[in-house]
Amino acid sequence: MKSRTQRKLFMVVVLAGITLAGFLTYRALQENLLYFFSPTQVAAGEAPKRTFRLGGMVVAGSFKREPGTLNSSFVVTDNVHSVPVKYDRILPDLFREGAGAVVVGRMNDSGEFVGEEVIAKHDENYMPPEVAEALEKARAAQGK
Amino acid sequence: MIPELGQLALALALCLALVQGTLPLVGAGIGRADLMALARPAAAGQFVFVLLAFGTLVYAFLSDDFSVLFVAEHSNSALPVFYKATAAWGGHEGSMLLWITVLAIWTMAVAAGSRSQPQEFASRVLGVLGIVSAGVIAFAFFTSNPFLRLIPTPADGNDLNPLLQDPGMIFHPPTLYVGYVGASVPFAFAVAALLSGRLDKDWAKWTRPWTVVAWLFLTAGITLGSWWSYYELGWGGWWFWDPVENSSFMPWLMATALLHSLAVTERRGIFKSWTVLLAIAAFSLSLLGTFLTRAGVLISVHAFASDPTRGLFILGLLALFSGGGLLLYAIRAKNLEAEGGFKLVSREAFLLANNVLLVIATAVVLLGTLAPLIIEVAGLGKISVGPPYFNLMFLVPVFPLVALIGVGMHAGWRMMPGDALMRRLRVPALAAVIVGVVAPFIVFDTTSVLTAIAVSIALWVCASSLLDPVRRLVYRTGAPLTRGQMGMYLAHFGVGIFMLGATVASAYNFERDYSAKPGDTIQAGGYEFAFQSITETQGPNFVADEAQIELRKNGALIAVLNPQIRTYQVQTSPMTEAAIESNVLRDVFVALGEPLGAGAWSVRIRVKPLIGFLWFGAGLMALGGIVAISDRRYRLAARQTQPAAAQPATGAA
Repeated sequence: MKSRTQRKLFMVVVLAGITLAGFLTYRALQENLLYFFSPTQVAAGEAPKRTFRLGGMVVAGSFKREPGTLNSSFVVTDNVHSVPVKYDRILPDLFREGAGAVVVGRMNDSGEFVGEEVIAKHDENYMPPEVAEALEKARAAQGK
Repeated sequence: MIPELGQLALALALCLALVQGTLPLVGAGIGRADLMALARPAAAGQFVFVLLAFGTLVYAFLSDDFSVLFVAEHSNSALPVFYKATAAWGGHEGSMLLWITVLAIWTMAVAAGSRSQPQEFASRVLGVLGIVSAGVIAFAFFTSNPFLRLIPTPADGNDLNPLLQDPGMIFHPPTLYVGYVGASVPFAFAVAALLSGRLDKDWAKWTRPWTVVAWLFLTAGITLGSWWSYYELGWGGWWFWDPVENSSFMPWLMATALLHSLAVTERRGIFKSWTVLLAIAAFSLSLLGTFLTRAGVLISVHAFASDPTRGLFILGLLALFSGGGLLLYAIRAKNLEAEGGFKLVSREAFLLANNVLLVIATAVVLLGTLAPLIIEVAGLGKISVGPPYFNLMFLVPVFPLVALIGVGMHAGWRMMPGDALMRRLRVPALAAVIVGVVAPFIVFDTTSVLTAIAVSIALWVCASSLLDPVRRLVYRTGAPLTRGQMGMYLAHFGVGIFMLGATVASAYNFERDYSAKPGDTIQAGGYEFAFQSITETQGPNFVADEAQIELRKNGALIAVLNPQIRTYQVQTSPMTEAAIESNVLRDVFVALGEPLGAGAWSVRIRVKPLIGFLWFGAGLMALGGIVAISDRRYRLAARQTQPAAAQPATGAA
């Protein structure tokens, strides 16, 4: 009989452990999820206060830099809405105007997106899939 | 004409793989020796034709045959000849052919090494490998044929992705694939054992050396990849929790668990079901990795193929192999009975804890890798999981895992009095904790709880691994160490060194981006960087802006660093070539960014203390594997079970 209660206790401890571990994992996962938003979603006020990923095309001619410093700015668009981006770190090799880009960062109070990281891709012809989808959605919405 | 020869060779290899994957299994089932005897010749024939196909592809690259689509897409006549050969695996189709070639080599090795095993068992192992091979060759042949022609033939090729034009490209993919594909061997042994109902200590003894070889190549391959991304991608990081990195890391974690579980099965005849499940899981995760990489389902810097038919095909293979393996397990598992139990303080118990913690670690990585996919399929938006999730959650199982290594190594089989163990280990444990808490603070003036814990654990494993070798070599007491034990101590010492390097390089990493003009001197991370000049240099197929930066400490010149920005002639994207000054205690890493106007350039500076320990520790782990498989008992086992009538051992085993 003793072994049976022991086994029950053991099961309860294991279950409690698994539940706790699951809960902690869920919390950690939730806090570190980075959602993707398109410029249209940002314009509609859907973007959160916290860090997220913004993606779209870098508008040709929008890239500006304070000469001799790392401070730069450019505009990301899905061809319907645009978001100005400020960035003060080294840009990845494959960043260029007129190409797709995904930027990790957050919105500041004056409606600019402050980038912490521009995500680099291996291939110059590569279009990040979320960007392609965002462009397609924006185009479809406008066509209606 | 030659590319068609390659295609034909691949088709013939597929036919032979089908023979190898069916008749020997049938023969073993109904007890017909003639059918079973087909396994080895079929494997040998397949090996020859696969090698021929691979050789043909390499030849197409070397001879600049741009009428082949794959060559035109991944090579160029100006490409250095070295990279022409390695470009053969620089894209999806070619890397699948490399996968097949590596599997053929493994199959050949198993065919040669299993002569001492009963014919029925060896035929089943080779039969399962034949099925795997047939599946993957069919995948390559029907969805990713590297020999397709391009009409009209272009004058020149599109060139190899500049990132892949690096010596790392020669070693990283083949090494990784040997490990990755090698997971199919323990899988084949497990399935063969389930089919024959022969899950015993012999089975574990036969499986173990193959598992160690696959594991050590996987270790080396992942390390090379990490090192490559560190110096070549110009980001200065060594692990990004990128889905593709994860998809090689998960099989590694599982293979590590399998190694340890096999040790128990070989020694004590217990944990059998568990070992079989781990073998199936390790191979399934390596196929899942192929699916994630090759189907382009996840956003990743590595994902260079995206094609739904390919994804479906691999998913089908995954379902067939893992589903089949698990089904077989479900049918046969009830026949598996343990031969004995063990006590709470014993080698078995510690190895069980090792396995549980490694499985938890794998689950953490798997969840983080698949979460974006699951959430997207559920229509909840597009997300990515940030490295902080992995960095935090991965440590939860890894801290106790590594801490327990130090205890488990000294625990005896079956049972061990806990106080004896404690008496033996308390001095090194106490020393490791004191040094781990105090030393980082003394050296770097600052520390954190996490750093103190991690450094203590790392030092503890190092100390514990040295205990027996030192006792034996210096004081000449205790029993002589077998090669197996030496390998174990070496690999575990490597774990400690790795953890020390990873902790210190992450916790005391200096990194900042600067803007500098020639003539400027930057003070950063305790060094002076004197930016002398910037000049243009010419490479074989690129031009580069090269900076001359003097690295000084307190005015004394240490080295002149020459980071470059390269522009390749065909693929015009710029490429960063970082300059790294290494010594045992630290790396100074300088990369050039884009020009900033007004004569200034962006300069990325990193100082990473002890990062060399990380690669060195991983290397020691792999070396430990090599030492362990040289153990006498595997060679003896091969000789002893050799049938008397057969030829004497040729040394192939």
